[in-house]
Amino acid sequence: MNGSLQKVAVPVIAIVVFLVLWEALVQLNGWPDYVMASPSDLPTAYANFWELFLIGSWQTLWRTIAGLALAVVVGVLIGMVMGFSRIMRDALYPLLVGFNAIPKATLVPVLALLFIGQHNFNTVMMAFLISFFPIAVSVGIGLSTLEPEYRDILRSLGASRVTIFRKIALPKTLPEFFGALKVAVTLAFIGTNLVEIVSPHGRGLGALFLSAQTNSNYPLMFAVLIALAVLGIALYYAVIFLERTFAGWAEQQST
Amino acid sequence: MTHLIEIKGVRHAYPTQSGPLPVLDGLDIAVPEGEFCAVVGPSGCGKSTLTRLVAGLMKPDAGEVWLHGERVTSPRSTVGMAFQNPVLLEWRTILDNVILPLEIVAPRMPRRDRVARAEALLDMVGLSGFEGKRPSELSGGMRQRASLCRAIVHKPDVLIMDEPFGALDNFTREDLWQTMRDLRAKEPFTAVLITHDLRESVFLGDQVIVLSGRPARTQYVLDVTLPADRTIDALYTKEAGDMLHTLRDQIKIAQGRETAEAT
Repeated sequence: MNGSLQKVAVPVIAIVVFLVLWEALVQLNGWPDYVMASPSDLPTAYANFWELFLIGSWQTLWRTIAGLALAVVVGVLIGMVMGFSRIMRDALYPLLVGFNAIPKATLVPVLALLFIGQHNFNTVMMAFLISFFPIAVSVGIGLSTLEPEYRDILRSLGASRVTIFRKIALPKTLPEFFGALKVAVTLAFIGTNLVEIVSPHGRGLGALFLSAQTNSNYPLMFAVLIALAVLGIALYYAVIFLERTFAGWAEQQST
Repeated sequence: MTHLIEIKGVRHAYPTQSGPLPVLDGLDIAVPEGEFCAVVGPSGCGKSTLTRLVAGLMKPDAGEVWLHGERVTSPRSTVGMAFQNPVLLEWRTILDNVILPLEIVAPRMPRRDRVARAEALLDMVGLSGFEGKRPSELSGGMRQRASLCRAIVHKPDVLIMDEPFGALDNFTREDLWQTMRDLRAKEPFTAVLITHDLRESVFLGDQVIVLSGRPARTQYVLDVTLPADRTIDALYTKEAGDMLHTLRDQIKIAQGRETAEAT
């Protein structure tokens, strides 16, 4: 089996095996769909509600990406401040760790009260709040552990701090940044769905899940879960693609 | 005689928890234009501090550093630096690594001229054909060659090297010495080489300066009398042997293992 075929075939086979086992588990136990829906129930659910799936997916997707984008901007800024100033690092670190320790579900009512009725805004905020921490920490560590010689080769030529940042510190931190982004993208996705499911008048796939539950449409609930998984995989691989494009050199280094 | 580099009575201390730690005290060095000055001394005697002072990356507590008749108080683009760690940028090709200083020093220089200059240097050090490679694809010796090219690509007056060959095996190191000698014949620069290898200091240096133990002062200056186009074999002559012996004795004194009577 050649390399590229194997890359596609192996995961596809694994998914098929997973679905077969799932189907067998349900059939052998004779479970009705309110205990657990089986894969064979899913096509009907998608066919009946395909429009809701498209709308919900889009809402979940764009709010996740908006929250993640905000997390990248704010996380990189905080990381830069912590990376360049020892005092700021000492000051911000305990705050960040403490904030990160708060279970984000507790923030849903806080946000809902702060910005009443702003469902889109609240959702983006939650995706942002839950995902900026790993970015800030990794950029901060990446910048503060830059070997002094790297700085010196440009500093000795009279280069400005901005130039040193742009030519050396920024690209050198990219692998750490993308490592954090892979964690952040999953977190942002969780944040978005959390708000969608918990909010009384939510939108997106999370709201579809909630309404399926309220209407006792169990196959639909499972169909939403699978759709969420697919969306999560797509987002994750989008980050992998960006990483290969902008920090592919780091991968070659380790081989 | 005009000296390109002059260091007069430099004193410097680093703050530590138990008070200031003096590393340099009464350091005097004078290097005429085009000369190669090798600096040896016991480890931890402040040799690296010396490189940072000449590069203008830090200011001494007392004393003066002059380059080209100008007092050094801040970094200047007429200096090139090479370290023991080649510090090549992994996301750039070898060619773009060598070009890096030109992007800072000569931002208006056309890309074509930069590439031509870098290619010429890489050819001189035996790296032609490797321009498009990443640093990780090269051996340690080749990376250090590229690092040397980067240090002189902008035609600096002064090349400062802090144990550039220290991490290489012996044969590679001797190869690099000869590369360095050939580069000097084609590229005019004044050099300061910090090293702990006495043979290296005699092979490359026009003068060898021995620093005392910490706090370092200029303890001894040796004029190397070997011909400019010396070969590695020249290190095995009696003349070179005598010089190495003298340096060895001076290092022992610097380490405090023998009294200063030998001078």
